[in-house]
Amino acid sequence: MAAGRRIAIIGAGIIGAAIARVLSRFENLQVYILEENYDVGGSASRANSSVIHPGHEEDPENQPLRARLCVDGNALWRRWCEELEIPVKWVGELMLFERNEDEKEAEKYVEWARRNNVAGVRILYGEDLFKMDSSISRNVKGGVYAPTAGLISPFEAVVALVENAVDNGVRLLTETQVKRIIATNNNIVGVETSTGFIETDIVINAAGLNADEVSHSAGVEPWFRIKPRKGEYVIFDKDAEPKPSLVLHTMPTPITKGVYALTTIHGNLMIGPTAEDLPYESKRDMSTSLKGLNQLVKEAGRMLRRTPPRSKIIKFFAGLRPEPPDGKWLIKAYSQPYGFVNVAGIRSPGLTAAPAIANYVLSLLRETYGLRLIEKKGWKPSRRRISTVNEMDYSTLDKRISENPDYGEIICFCNNVSRAEVLEAVERMRAIGVKTITFDGVKLRTTAGFGKCQASRCRIRIALLISEAVGIPLHSVIMKKSSIGIGGVKTLWIESKEGVKNG
Amino acid sequence: MVEKEYDVIVIGGGPAGLSAATKAVENGLKTLLLENREMLGGIPFQCVHTGFGIHCFKEDLTGCEFITRLIDRAVEKGVESMVKTHVLNIQVHSALEKTVYAASPKGFLKIRAEAIVYAAGARERHQYEVGLTGDRPDGVYTAGEAQALMDVYGVMPGRRIVILGSGDVGLIMARRLAMEKAEVKAVIEILPYPGGLTRNIVQCLNDFNIPLYLSHMVSGVRGSGRVEKVIVTRVGEDMKPVDGSEFELECDTVIVSAGLKPDIDILEKTGVETDPATGGPIVNEFYETSVPLVFAVGNALVVNDLVDYNVEQGEAAATHASKLLEDYVSPRVEWKRVERGRNLRLIVPQLVSGDRDVVFYSRVQHPEDNVQLAIRETGYGKRFPRVKPAEMIRIRIPAEELAKAHRGKITFEVVR
Repeated sequence: MAAGRRIAIIGAGIIGAAIARVLSRFENLQVYILEENYDVGGSASRANSSVIHPGHEEDPENQPLRARLCVDGNALWRRWCEELEIPVKWVGELMLFERNEDEKEAEKYVEWARRNNVAGVRILYGEDLFKMDSSISRNVKGGVYAPTAGLISPFEAVVALVENAVDNGVRLLTETQVKRIIATNNNIVGVETSTGFIETDIVINAAGLNADEVSHSAGVEPWFRIKPRKGEYVIFDKDAEPKPSLVLHTMPTPITKGVYALTTIHGNLMIGPTAEDLPYESKRDMSTSLKGLNQLVKEAGRMLRRTPPRSKIIKFFAGLRPEPPDGKWLIKAYSQPYGFVNVAGIRSPGLTAAPAIANYVLSLLRETYGLRLIEKKGWKPSRRRISTVNEMDYSTLDKRISENPDYGEIICFCNNVSRAEVLEAVERMRAIGVKTITFDGVKLRTTAGFGKCQASRCRIRIALLISEAVGIPLHSVIMKKSSIGIGGVKTLWIESKEGVKNG
Repeated sequence: MVEKEYDVIVIGGGPAGLSAATKAVENGLKTLLLENREMLGGIPFQCVHTGFGIHCFKEDLTGCEFITRLIDRAVEKGVESMVKTHVLNIQVHSALEKTVYAASPKGFLKIRAEAIVYAAGARERHQYEVGLTGDRPDGVYTAGEAQALMDVYGVMPGRRIVILGSGDVGLIMARRLAMEKAEVKAVIEILPYPGGLTRNIVQCLNDFNIPLYLSHMVSGVRGSGRVEKVIVTRVGEDMKPVDGSEFELECDTVIVSAGLKPDIDILEKTGVETDPATGGPIVNEFYETSVPLVFAVGNALVVNDLVDYNVEQGEAAATHASKLLEDYVSPRVEWKRVERGRNLRLIVPQLVSGDRDVVFYSRVQHPEDNVQLAIRETGYGKRFPRVKPAEMIRIRIPAEELAKAHRGKITFEVVR
C-alpha cells in the first residue's frame, strides 16, 4: 500500500484509544475514532476495578495471549503513564486466603507467575502479611504477593490517550453510531454511520460490549457473542478507614478475579466487583442492587480488620464486562473481508493489556496488510494533565492564582476543584472533538462531584459554567445523557396556556 | 500571598455566620467574614417561601427577604467580608493563634486570628446515602439542589416528580413544583410518620392533593438516560420491604429530601471532638468546641429547623467570644456533660458549667404525646402536649437548676 491508508477505529474506550495512540505515530495513516456517545471512555472503560494486573492470574495454558499481553501491558503502562501524566500508583497486590486448603491454589499462581515471567510473586503468611498492610483481617491465613500491581485512573487514561492521539493527528468523531460495515468485493470500503458514510480502508472493531454486532455486520465470526457480566462496586468517603496500602483481593473464581478492597487513585476505599452474568440482550443494564451492596460489605469483612460503617458509603455503581465465549479475546485481522480487524471481547485484564494489545494490533496490520509505515517526525509522545488545586502546595497555588484568578475560585467544595480546572476540562473536551459538553465529562476530568456530597453542591454551578462557555441556556446542559432541566421555571405554565389556545 | 490579621474570622456567610460577624463587630472585634459562594446569604436565598424571621423580626418573611435584612444589617455595622473565598485549612498554633488558609480569586490568603467562628452550614444527604439502588439515570436531585435550580437559576427540573423523604425541604419543594404545574406524583416516607412540620404537611401536600405514602420506600430507580419510573415498596414495622407490595410510579425526576448533615470537614481537621448524635462538633455553653476559641454555630453545629435559632446561636457565640477574648486566660471550668436519656436523639450544647442560664436545642427520637422533658439529676421537668422528631425543642434552663446537678453530668430525658 502506497500513499496513505485510512483506518477507522470503532469505539473510544481504553482499547480503541490505545490503538489510536499507537497508530498516530505514522504519517501515512489517517486515523479516525468513531464513538457513539457524547464523550470517550463512557462504558466498560470507566466502571471497573482500576487495577493494573501483574499477570500471574492468567492461565499460561488456556489463555496464552491474555497472559502475554497482560504482562507486557503492565510494563508498558509504566512508560505510558509517565509520558501522558496519567495518575497511577504502583502499590503491589495481595490475593488473600483464609483456609489452609487454599494454599495449593495459591501455589498455582506462583507457578503461573514463573511461567508468565511475572517477577517477585510469592506467598506470605501471618505477621509478614499484616506488616505489609495493617488493614488486613487477622482471619486471613496467607496471601499471594505480587509487587508489580498498580492502580490507575481508568477514565483519565482514556482521556489522556485520546488527547495525545488527537494531538498527533487522529480525528475523533463522537455521537457517531456505526450502522453497518461496508465491503465491496471483499474489501472494506467504509462504515455507514448515524452521521453519514465514512470511507475507510481498514476498520478496527474495538466496540466493547457491542463488538459482536460489529463483527457480524462485517460478516465474520457469526458464532461470536458477547455476554455482559455485571460488577457492582461500593465507594466510601475519603475520611473512612481503613485504607489498604496494597490492592487486596479474594481468590479468583472461574468468572472473576475475586473481590477487591483497595484505595483508589483518588484516595477512597473501594470494594468490588460482584459478578453476575446477564442475558445477551442486557448490554445496558448497569443497575445496582441492595443484594450486591450487602454482598460487597460482607466480602470486605473477610479481607479487612474492620469495615467502615455504611453511613460512610458515598457512591455505588455497576459496570459491564464484555465476556467473550471461553473468556478468549478475539484479536484478528481478516483477509475476508480484507481490512477488517476484530479486537473484541476484551474482558479483564483488558485495561492492563491495552498498550500491549495496541502494539499487537499494529503488528497484525503490518503482517496481514503489508503496511509499510513511516514514522512521523514530529510525533509528540507526551501530554500534560490538568493541574489541580487539590495537589498544589500553597506557594504554587498562590502563584497560579496571581497568574489566573480562576484558580482561586473553588467550585467543588469536596475536592477543591477550581473554576480554572472546570473551564480547562471544557476546553479540552472541545479540543478532542467532543460536540456536546456534558457535566459528566467535566466531572470525570476534574473529580468535581466525586466527593462526599456527590455533586449536590456543584452540579448546577458547573452546568452554569458549561452553559456560559458553550453559549447555550442552562436548562439544556446535558448531565450524562439528559438535560438538567426542561426549560425556564414557567415552562409548564406556558405549555398549558398554549395547550388551551391550540385546543 | 495576601496576609491579614483579625481578632475573629467567621467562616460561612449564611444566617449564623452573618449574625455572628455582625455581633462581633458590634462588640468591637476586628472581624472578617468568609463565604465560599459568589454572594453572602447562604441557603435562605433559594427559599422563596415564608416562615423566616418569626422570632427575630416578629414577622413572617420569605427566605430572600429575611436574609436581605441580615446582610443589610451586617453592611450597616461595617462587617468586612470576602465572597468566593474557600477555606482550605485551619491551623491551630495555640489558644490565641490560628491561621486560616483560603483560596480566592483575589489571591491565596493566609489570615491570622485569635478566634474562629465556624458557621459553614450543612449539606444534604444524597441518593447514595439513603441507599437508592437501581439504574443511575439523570434526573435525581437533592431537594435543596432542585430548589436552587428553580428559584436561583430559574430552571424547571422536570415534569413528573416523585419526592423521596418527607422532611420540610421536600414538602416545600412538592408545593413549589406543583405551583409551577409539575405533576408531583407522591412523597415517599419510610417512617410511619412524616419528617416535616405539620403545617407543611397541610399547606404543601394536602392543599395540593399530593399523596404522602408513609411506611414506603423507593426500592429501585429505572431509566436508561433519564429517570423513567421508580418502584415503590411498602415496609413493615421492621422497616423491611413487604413482598408483593411493589408498585410503579412513572416520573422523570426524583427529588431526595433525606435531611442534612453538618458540614465540618475542615473543622474536623483541627481535631475537634464530634458528637455522633448531631454529626457536628461537641460544644460548651459558649459554643466553643474542644479546640479553645474555635466556635461552631448554626447548621454546622446542629441541624436547626428554624433559621431564628441559627441567628441566635451565631450572636451568642460572638458575644461569648468577645468576653473570652478580653484578657484571655485559659478558663478552668469543671464542665458537666449533658447526656441523652430516654427518647432524646440529640441535644446541644453538650457541656455546661452551671454558672449561667443555657438555651438547649434538642430533638426527640420518636413522636410522643403528653410528656415531660426532664433532668434526671435535679427533678426538673417541663411538660409538652406533643413532641416529635421534626420539631426541635428549644428550652432555656436557669443556672441554678444546672448548678444543682452534681457528679459532672446532666441527663435530659423524655418521661411521661
